[in-house]
Amino acid sequence: MRYGATTYAAAFACLGLLALPLSSGAQNVDYAHSQISFVSVQMKVPVEAVFRKFTAQISFDPAKPEASKAQIEIDLASFDIGNDEINNDVKDKNWFDTRNFPAAKFVATGVRALGPGRYEARGPLTIKGRTNDIIAPFTVKADGGSQIFEGGFAIRRLQYNLGEGVWKDTDTVADEVQIKFRIYVSGKPPPKK
Amino acid sequence: MADNNRGRYTAVAISLHWLVFALVLAAWSLGLYMVDLPLSPQKLKYFSWHKWIGVTIFLFATARLAGRFVHPAPPLPLSVPAWQRSAAYVSYALLYVLILAIPISGWLFSSASGVPVVYFGVLPLPNPVEKDKELAEFLKQIHIFLNWTLFVIVCVHVLAALKHHIVDRDDVLARMLPIIKPRRE
Repeated sequence: MRYGATTYAAAFACLGLLALPLSSGAQNVDYAHSQISFVSVQMKVPVEAVFRKFTAQISFDPAKPEASKAQIEIDLASFDIGNDEINNDVKDKNWFDTRNFPAAKFVATGVRALGPGRYEARGPLTIKGRTNDIIAPFTVKADGGSQIFEGGFAIRRLQYNLGEGVWKDTDTVADEVQIKFRIYVSGKPPPKK
Repeated sequence: MADNNRGRYTAVAISLHWLVFALVLAAWSLGLYMVDLPLSPQKLKYFSWHKWIGVTIFLFATARLAGRFVHPAPPLPLSVPAWQRSAAYVSYALLYVLILAIPISGWLFSSASGVPVVYFGVLPLPNPVEKDKELAEFLKQIHIFLNWTLFVIVCVHVLAALKHHIVDRDDVLARMLPIIKPRRE
């Protein structure tokens, strides 16, 4: 099975049709309908930003949630808060340091059901070379043959060394950052061109 | 108001006038200074303070405008020619319009930038517009334009007041000053 999927992926990659490496049983993510965003609080003002680029590999069966697998990689340079000055500054060493740490990565190592349509994923989240385990509650809604995963969790930015130097001060930019995700997994097979 | 105060603004009007002036001066200078700073926690603080001052100006200016209906402004001296009266009324009207429109344009600009205004970090104001980069840039230009217009009108206002005091030697400036007593007529 694993071998089969790898061959399948390799075949597509060879054809140059596939940008993402597919893991075993991975589903097709519709990025146009997916979003990873976060809300940071500056001077008691909540400000939302999004990551324009990320890749997600999700394998989820509502009948067997504990067998789920997920891996999400975020291109941190695709950060967009709607202000060019801030977009550029957060790539610097004090914040994401995207030259040395271009991506953030989350791997779900355990998923369990909390109730009807409600689950939680646990696993390591790595940002800027620092890894902490997080718990992300999420819901799954069916939309035709597609699935919509929606959830959020909070991180403490200083645990990931986000905001060095003068930015360590949490009076101006709060330590807690809310991360939100909405991932649309299409029920259709990957488009064939 | 007692008769001996005839020809002067009320104490409340005088207080609000100078309070609004001090706040406008503070917000105006802070705004000009903060925009070119590199991004830092200090810059974020200045932006918040600038917005809080702006909201305060709006509130005090509204109170002052409302006060004018209760206690109309003292009439200009009869010696003032008609064209100067008209010019004075136009500049007063423009000052009120700008002092109220500038905080509104700043609030809209902030909202379009995706940064809600939270008055003193406690009271969140509603967001009148959605986050929109192009709209934000447009509102930023409006905010800057209105501020430079205010700068010009304030200069005219100050020069006119000084001209009344020094050249015409009338009570037009004195009636708005808390200390100097009007000259005897």
